[in-house]
This record gives sequence, structure tokens and C-alpha cells, in this order.
Amino acid sequence: MGRPSATQLRATRLRATRPLAALFGLLALALIGGDTRAQGLVADLSDHLIAISTAFTGREVVLFGALDGPGEVAVVVMGPEESMVVRRKDRTLGLWVNAASMEFTRVPSYYAVATSVPLDRLADATTLARHRIGLGNLRLDPADPADAGTDNYVEFRDALIRTKQTEGLYSAGGEGSDTNAIARLGPQLFRTNIYFPANVPTGQYTVSVFLFREGQMVSAQTTPLFVNKIGVGARVFTFAQTQAAAYGGIAILMAVAAGWLAGVVFRRT
Amino acid sequence: MQIYLPIAEMTVNALLILGMGGIVGFLSGLFGVGGGFLMTPLLIFIGVPPAVAVGTQANQLVAASVSGVLAHWRRGNVDVKLGFVMLCGSTVGTVAGVWLFGVFQRLGQIDLVIGLSYVLFLGVIALLMLSESVNALLRRRRPGASRGKLHKHNILHGLPLKTRFHKSRLYISALLPLGIGFAGGLLVAIMGIGGGFLLVPAMIYVLGMPSSTVAGTSLFQIIFTTAIATFLQAYQNHTVDVMLALLLLAGGVIGAQFGSRASGRLRGEQARALLAILVLAVCVKLAADLVIRPVALYSVTALPG
Repeated sequence: MGRPSATQLRATRLRATRPLAALFGLLALALIGGDTRAQGLVADLSDHLIAISTAFTGREVVLFGALDGPGEVAVVVMGPEESMVVRRKDRTLGLWVNAASMEFTRVPSYYAVATSVPLDRLADATTLARHRIGLGNLRLDPADPADAGTDNYVEFRDALIRTKQTEGLYSAGGEGSDTNAIARLGPQLFRTNIYFPANVPTGQYTVSVFLFREGQMVSAQTTPLFVNKIGVGARVFTFAQTQAAAYGGIAILMAVAAGWLAGVVFRRT
Repeated sequence: MQIYLPIAEMTVNALLILGMGGIVGFLSGLFGVGGGFLMTPLLIFIGVPPAVAVGTQANQLVAASVSGVLAHWRRGNVDVKLGFVMLCGSTVGTVAGVWLFGVFQRLGQIDLVIGLSYVLFLGVIALLMLSESVNALLRRRRPGASRGKLHKHNILHGLPLKTRFHKSRLYISALLPLGIGFAGGLLVAIMGIGGGFLLVPAMIYVLGMPSSTVAGTSLFQIIFTTAIATFLQAYQNHTVDVMLALLLLAGGVIGAQFGSRASGRLRGEQARALLAILVLAVCVKLAADLVIRPVALYSVTALPG
């Protein structure tokens, strides 16, 4: 059976028992003020594990939450960090060839941001930058500190963000937008959908939820989310990494057997 | 039918991959070439990372060559002795090629090297084959025309280590097949191809082999070259995706059987003219990619560690 699409998921969300139960639980917590970790704010994900199986084509996770009073909410999801190099093609002798390049360290492999109001109504620029809320506030450090702040840096940084957006790994609303929307279900409840495409990197993710009141951050909560390979795919991947020589040998034997089998089968027909 | 590839780390349509394998397999059986020069650009085009495309393609070519060589073997069209001499050269070539691949990858220029190698080799070979086979077809139309000399002597016949290859009725220097094998091995590692499109014309024009033993012998040699390349890519770079290879070879081995049967109905020069046109088309497409302003000027690559 196929996984339900994003639209189906939205259409059936009120009938789905688990998210509904979570919602009621959160509501109850919010009303009695039972959460002690983050004052004034509770939030949870419909799932804490994204399992990449052989039929994986991407997955949507729903984040639910409740507030104990007025306020606005921001959600930031970040994937494991890695070093990346951005290269620019220039025309050399009539050919388009990789020329200039810049290296970035600690680049989040995945980044999604959502807010309940536009960024300028949420908080001042310094606060937003500190918590990396909004695509423009994503911190991308060049490997060579001398590059920081130069025109070149801005050009390559923008190219990095654009490329990641094209790959579906940076999500901040549509073109020209700095953030996705968070839906309010009445004054106290909110929810937002976080989409993970088929090419989502594996590892531990962090989901941070921030509560703002009158431009001040009054509460924050961080939840982990795991993206793991499971089943045959996971075993193949692990085997290829840890037993590379055996994996190569098996790949060759498999190919020889398949080729020979086809030759024998087709001889008779 | 969507399926997740564990090493390429992407989701593809299984039927699309099977179909691509089948069509390329058919052509491979028809012309006696591995078909890698078509499959590697196709895989990159549908979004498979180039390194995984090259590594997996080597694996797929092992199956395609085994299946292809069986038909030629039964007809006695494999020159084992000549194949082994070429294999010695291609083993050294493959190891050198994998090393060069890594050097250019670190420089960020592997895409350019792959693109230029394709354009250069495919272009020269396509034009050589095309002019030769058009001449042959024209001669056939004019039965009165002279056939020219059967056997030309040139500098290549003066090389040492003269060896007799009975099956191919040749008495040539062993350095020639050794050198051709070396070049083929380099191409397997750098371009993700079996090298058949280079080996077949080289064996015909440089070695002067009869066209009956060319396809079988080149396939025979390619089995071992691609097996070595598969092992090196899996062991050093972790870029062989068995799931993708299984899909490709399921389509490929079946296609190759039909292809090698159809090859019996084609005359040698007709087959060569068709192959030349196909090679030329791929060459023009890749040359255009290098010259026309790319849609994405920037590329992003993760650094290891």
C-alpha cells in the first residue's frame, strides 16, 4: 500500500486517531499548565522517526502545539551539519568550466522554518538571527574566515541556499519568502507540516519551537527527530560501507550469474 | 513503481530503469559494445550522482558482457589468447584510471574531464567509422570499383614481440593489443564505460582483426576489466549501487540477447554505420552541454569528513 499524499494527509487528519489524541493531550496539558520543561508552550511531532525503506518517496511530519496564553510561534528544523563546497562555472576558451569556488563549514544538510506571523512582526533582527529563524538568518560560515562578509561570500552563500532549495532540502515557503506558515487553530492551538523529500539526508535532526510575546522570546522547546534507513536498503548500505571488499565481490558474482542465466535461458527459446 | 536506491540515496521509477537497461542492452548485443557510453550519460541525466553512475555502470556491464559473450562463444567468435593480452594492458589502465579519477575529483574538474573525453573519443571514432562504412556501402553499390589493397603495411607492423593469434589469423606485435587494452582500462575507470566503442574500431583498424572475432573478443575482455573496476569502485569509493545495478542488468541482459540475434541480420558495414550515427549523436549532445550556458551555474558538493 502506498503512503498517503500530502493532500490526503490533510483531508483525513481530523479522522486520524493518533494526531487527534496528541492534540487532545496537548490541549489538556496546556489547560492545566502541566508542562514544566518549557513554560507556556507544549509541542510534539506526529512522528519522531522517519524510516527510509525501499519504497520511500518522501514523508510529511505534522507538528502540533498549544500555548497557555497569547503569543506567536516559530519552528526551526535542522539536519546534521556537514562541510560543503560551492563551485561556479565560468566560460573559458568557449567551454563552461568550474572556476571559482568557496568552502563552507557546518552547513545544515536540511533546514525548514515556519512562523505564525511574518518575521518582522515576530521579533527584532538580532533575536531572529540568534535563533536562526528565517532563511536569511541561516548561519553559513566560510571555511576561510577571510571570505566572511565579502561580495564573493554573499554570492556563493546565496547560490548554496538556492541550490539546497531546488533540491527540496531548504524549505521556507515559496519563491522570495523567508519562512513557511504556521496554522492557528483557535487562539491556543497551532500546527504546521514539515516535509522531508526522498533525498533527505540521514541522521539526528533537531526541531526547535519558540514562543514570542511582544517581540520577546519567552519560551523554547527542542525535540529530536531521527531519519534512519531501515530494512533491506539499510542492510545493503551498512554492508557496502563496512565490508566494502565483500560487497564488491558479491556485486561481481551477482552480475556474472545474471548474465550467464540470461544466456542459458535464451539459448533454448 | 517507485524504488529507493540505498547507495545513490534517491528514489527512482523501477520501470524506467528496466526500460533504459533493455534498450541499451539491445544496442549492446547488436553492435558488440558495452553500451556504457549511452547508459552513463542517461543515468546522470535522470539525477543519479555521476560517481554512482560510473561505479554502478561498471557492475552492470559485467552482466551485459557475460550474457553477450555467450552467444559469440557458441559461434566460436572469441579469440581468448588475444583477449588475455589485452586484459593485461587494461588491468594496468583501470588502476591508473581510478587514481586519475580521484585526482580530478579533488580538483573539482572531473565533470569537465568526463565531458571532454566523451566528446573527443566519440567524435573521432564516429567520424572514422562513418567515413569507412559509407565508403564500403558505396563500393557495394558500384560492383566494378576496385577493392583496394587487402593488407597494408605501416609502422605498426615493425614493432617487436611479434605473436601469432590463430583464431583471428593475425601475426602482430603483442604491444598493440596491450596498448589498446590499457587505453580501454583507462576509459572504464574515468568514463564509466566498457570501452567497446573504442576497442571495436581499434581492433578493426589498428590490429586488422576480421570483424567476426572483434565483438566476441572485446566483450570477453570487457568482462574482466569491468569486474576489476567494479571492485575498485566498491572498495575505495563505495559508489556501486547493487539495487540500481540489478534493475539495469535485468533489462540489459534480456535486451542484449535480442540484440545479438538481430546482429546476424545486419551486414558489418551497415552495423558500423548505425553505431557511428549513434555515437555521433551522443557526442553532439555532450559537446552542446559544454558550450551552451548551463541552467545551473553553481554546483554544491559535500566534502568528506
